[in-house]
Amino acid sequence: MPKQIKLAAHFPGVNNTTVWSDPRSGSQIDFASFEHMARTAERGKFDFIFLAEGLRLREHAGKILDSDVVGRPNTTTVLAALSAVTSRLGLAGTLSSTFNEPYEVARQVSTLDHLSGGRAAWNVVTSPDAFTGQNFRRGGFLKREDRYQRAEEFLTTVRELWDSWAPDAFVGDKKQGVFVREVGRFVHSGPQFDIEGEFTLPRTPQGQPIVIQAGDSDEGREFAAKSADVIFSRHGTLEDGQAFFTDVKRRLAAYGRSYEDLLIMPAATFVLGDTEEEAHEYAREIRYQQVRPATAIQFLEQVWRRDLSEYDADGPLPEVDPDPDAEPLTWGRVQHDKDNLETARKWRALAEEKKLSIRELVIEATTRQQFIGTPQQVAHTVNDYVQSDAADGFVLVPHLTPGGLDEFADKVVPHLQELGVFRADYTGNTLREHLFSQ
Amino acid sequence: MASSELHFGVAIDGAGYHPAAWRASGVEPAALFTVGPYLAAAGLAESAKLDFVTLDDSLGVQPGESSVVRGRLDALLTLAALGPVTHSIGLVPTVTTTHIEPFHVSTAVATLDHVSRGRAGVLAVPSRTEAEVRHFGRRTLPSASEARVENTEVIDVVTRLWDSWEDDAIVRDEPTGRFIDRDKLHYVDFEGTFFSVKGPSITPRPPQGHPVVATYGEDHDLLIEGKTLAIVSVLLGETEQHALDRRRQLDSLYGNEFRPPGRDFVGTPAALAAALRVWSTGVDGFLIRPAVLPDDLELFANETVPELRRAGLIREDYTGTTLREHLGLAKPANQYQGV
Repeated sequence: MPKQIKLAAHFPGVNNTTVWSDPRSGSQIDFASFEHMARTAERGKFDFIFLAEGLRLREHAGKILDSDVVGRPNTTTVLAALSAVTSRLGLAGTLSSTFNEPYEVARQVSTLDHLSGGRAAWNVVTSPDAFTGQNFRRGGFLKREDRYQRAEEFLTTVRELWDSWAPDAFVGDKKQGVFVREVGRFVHSGPQFDIEGEFTLPRTPQGQPIVIQAGDSDEGREFAAKSADVIFSRHGTLEDGQAFFTDVKRRLAAYGRSYEDLLIMPAATFVLGDTEEEAHEYAREIRYQQVRPATAIQFLEQVWRRDLSEYDADGPLPEVDPDPDAEPLTWGRVQHDKDNLETARKWRALAEEKKLSIRELVIEATTRQQFIGTPQQVAHTVNDYVQSDAADGFVLVPHLTPGGLDEFADKVVPHLQELGVFRADYTGNTLREHLFSQ
Repeated sequence: MASSELHFGVAIDGAGYHPAAWRASGVEPAALFTVGPYLAAAGLAESAKLDFVTLDDSLGVQPGESSVVRGRLDALLTLAALGPVTHSIGLVPTVTTTHIEPFHVSTAVATLDHVSRGRAGVLAVPSRTEAEVRHFGRRTLPSASEARVENTEVIDVVTRLWDSWEDDAIVRDEPTGRFIDRDKLHYVDFEGTFFSVKGPSITPRPPQGHPVVATYGEDHDLLIEGKTLAIVSVLLGETEQHALDRRRQLDSLYGNEFRPPGRDFVGTPAALAAALRVWSTGVDGFLIRPAVLPDDLELFANETVPELRRAGLIREDYTGTTLREHLGLAKPANQYQGV
């Protein structure tokens, strides 16, 4: 039997991938948008829907970024509401391990698992301190290298809380008058958390909610190999995906885990057309909607750390080099480029080789995994990636809110089902069953 | 609204206020960890056209022996799950303000307002238990006055964060390439005694402008933006004797007499209507705490409410769609607009 593909849907978020200028683009806040996409994902038998978290609005050059979709609701609150309008779909959300505490995350995710009958997942991330911290009591308080240590201990602690009630602790015997034999007690003493007491909820329908981890760094890979059920990644090519897959799966043995215990699900966008040419033409249009002239200049300024607003996005790259000593111009976006001089050098070479304008260069340099073609072609390509071990499945990132997943669910999924690589219907009720029982 | 009309909320906590309620209730004990009983109770309150339901919470486990309900779901998330499947009833979770980040409180309550289309409130309560301090492990127990001042600060900054987006901040202006008008977003730059918050919120201003903020008063009442609702614990029976018998049964199951603090009513639904009429002097309404759910809420909704309606003390039907409208509260002006 061929490998079975895992599929998740990312609710379009606040970066420039989300096209708001399209007439079909709806509200990113109205609950009807979330409901629409969740129902579509469930109709398509997806494993889960995924929501990111925002803790501070992005700023560029000292001002709130106004060119992308801005603003989103609170993650767990939306997922709890979605639990009422779905019955099988997994509900995954990001909660930062930097600006939350284990007790509150444990009870929120546990509550979500109880409310949804076993469909909750928590994406454990760390947040940059200083900028985001201005919105929190804790402020900026951790050295960068300590953030993963906190994240690891955070997850360990949350799991201790989830496991604190004995499996038979809840009794509910009306006749004898025993509601609970004994509530879960915990004691955790570590460098990050020194807490003890009683946890508020019995073990959840999944035993433990699903744990997702995102991040490509060495620490991130190790953390995921040790602790996560699913790892998100971002890879441009089949080969990059395979290299990542091999590396991460190789790390599992050291933790007594097997190959199947951690699922690798890269983020991917998709563009469908009635013909291959039509799909590519549409994909090109979408990229130009995503990278407007002002967006292109902003991307360049992220790397250059200089005001480049006088440059023409349709013209060549600036002669001037990045300022390696300057503060970043963009805050609240993950900084992928550690060495901006090196990135600028690569970008310049790419632009010269392909004769690209600033805007074209940014489109080329920031394009991630994209599946483009007819529904049948996309189904085959997705399947090729999974069968050749570049991934276990994908987290699809539609470019339109809320209807961007409709075509995939209605047109691509049937092809995957025909290929025998994707479920015709849910066989279990919990997210853990969707992901791990074949 | 006629001035004689009263506002009503219902506490839908666990199986009811009596410690033995879970043994007498028809609800399966395990179901208290699912959405079912809360949805059913909110549905009853909605069918009676009441203003809102409350759901209690804390960052610890309810005290007591193994014979009482211990353990509960996060109240805000539970009411969020009711948002899409109820239509008119206001949803007012308890949120503790001592250990949770004010920024998270603001976005969670704003989102409850978004998912319920303008029916959210929040009962802001400081926590002052050693147990909760130990669950967080990074601060000492605040004094009563510190916790009160901090609660006020949290409400202040949460309100500012709700206002940090003007209602029409999202412009989607294609020609200029602007999704938002950033001049309509505001830093709150809050510097208090206990914390500071930069802002703006990440969540646009909720439908009600401000979800309705409630706090506990000192005299077993609920204070809601200038209105006072007396808290009344009710245990009902078709006859007064039946009600007294029910209380005796509950007390005997519990093994002790249990008397709720504050106003404690035991009797028939009609007698309750008469009592509420008497008690209504000087208050704007009541928060009803049923002894056993759904039993006492059913009797209240089906028998007391019609009596009150005949007496002109409760409106015939919802006249608006938001909790503010139910309570006769205007949508607040944005404190940053035009600043």
